[in-house]
Amino acid sequence: MDAPTALVPVLAAAGAPPANPWLSWTYVERNREDILGALSQHTSLTVQAVLVATLVALPLAALAHLRPRLAGPLLGASGVLFTVPSLALFAVLAPYTGIGRTTVLIGLVAYALLVLLRNALVGLRGVDPAVTDAARGMGYGRLRMLAAVELPSALPSVVTGLRQATVTTVALVTVGVVVGYGGLGQLMFRGFRSNYHAEVLTATLLCLVLALVLDLALVLVGRALTPWSRAGQASARPARRGA
Amino acid sequence: MDVLREALVWLNDPLNWTGRDGVVDLVRTHLLVTLLAVLLGAAIALPLGLWLGHRGRGATVGVVVSNTTRALPTLALLTILASSGFFGSTATVLACAVFAVPPILANTVTGLGGVDPAVREAAVGTGLSSAQRLWQVEVPLAVPLVAAGVRTAVVQVIATVPLAALVGGQSLGTIVVEGFGVQRYGQVVAGGVLVAGLCLLVEGLLALAQTALTPRGLRERAAAGRTRRRVLRPAG
Repeated sequence: MDAPTALVPVLAAAGAPPANPWLSWTYVERNREDILGALSQHTSLTVQAVLVATLVALPLAALAHLRPRLAGPLLGASGVLFTVPSLALFAVLAPYTGIGRTTVLIGLVAYALLVLLRNALVGLRGVDPAVTDAARGMGYGRLRMLAAVELPSALPSVVTGLRQATVTTVALVTVGVVVGYGGLGQLMFRGFRSNYHAEVLTATLLCLVLALVLDLALVLVGRALTPWSRAGQASARPARRGA
Repeated sequence: MDVLREALVWLNDPLNWTGRDGVVDLVRTHLLVTLLAVLLGAAIALPLGLWLGHRGRGATVGVVVSNTTRALPTLALLTILASSGFFGSTATVLACAVFAVPPILANTVTGLGGVDPAVREAAVGTGLSSAQRLWQVEVPLAVPLVAAGVRTAVVQVIATVPLAALVGGQSLGTIVVEGFGVQRYGQVVAGGVLVAGLCLLVEGLLALAQTALTPRGLRERAAAGRTRRRVLRPAG
């Protein structure tokens, strides 16, 4: 990286030495390609991980709901995996899955999976018994009830899970630095190494903005998916998750 | 499988366990940093949580705080602190303390807010002052949830501390980061297993302690606290 010779601090943080400001528009302008590359790596990793996790988690949740005996072991295993730090997970995976995208992706999918699974199960279990009773009375079979009644009713909880998983994943991608594939985390780490404050803070702010944007997008998707919940939001959401 | 053998060789070498920067030394540092970070986090979160929960208006604050910290990458906070002149373990303790605050704060607020309104009314009717209600009625009832929050904080911090190795903080994570640096994947795997083992061990011990210390009648509440805490953040 070229030395920041003529940095013009636009909004230098109070007390920071003028030669090394935390916020610098010059840095952003000069390294636009670099920043956009990291940002797109970060975004694509997040989106891919959450998509894969959703595709795995929803069937698993449905299975655990149909066969309640499986729910305990599934959630227990997820709890154990949740306790394992991402650094340790990447460390154990890296020699087998290589240094790069695959390793990070597997780790991200694993963590997102757990958040999604938990929320989907909570949603499926929180369906009003009166509703399922009514469906049964109308002659719905178990699978049809799941697809036509329970899953739609669980959607608010699933969307909550998606939002949590997405925001968490955006933050976790940065740990991918250890295998050289950390999106904006690469910028943070490089900025730390070369003591380039603007690089660190720009990457941090972009992470927060990315999380916020994706979160908002999911809120909108959730609204579009559940037009009925606007009328009676309180009743559609499982009480336990309300707080 | 070759890597696995290397990892076993690494773990079997007594030189890796003793001395400066040996596993024993690193575990000690790791636990010390965790303890300091949780104490610092609790010193901030407990008074704040008690105040907010007692006034009955903390619910949204807890949610906002935990959502924001969920979005803030640990690595970002660590690099920012490390680049602004806090070196080694100081940066680690400060950064981890920030992540210890949300679970303790949220659980304290929820614990106090979840006290049965009838109990609260009875306390008012008995003539207890506001402070007396807080310390003699609400706090004792909220203890299981608060304890669950502290436990979550400990587990999260102990899982976050390894990341500090990337910015020069000593911990068990140092083994992993060094291993990546010199491309010795046996050491990387060994370090990963040690870090994961420490976290799972502490989590298990705390779970046992919590069950043992909770009176039977209150265990259901503690269980509710456990399900709550899972949604916060994956460790590290």
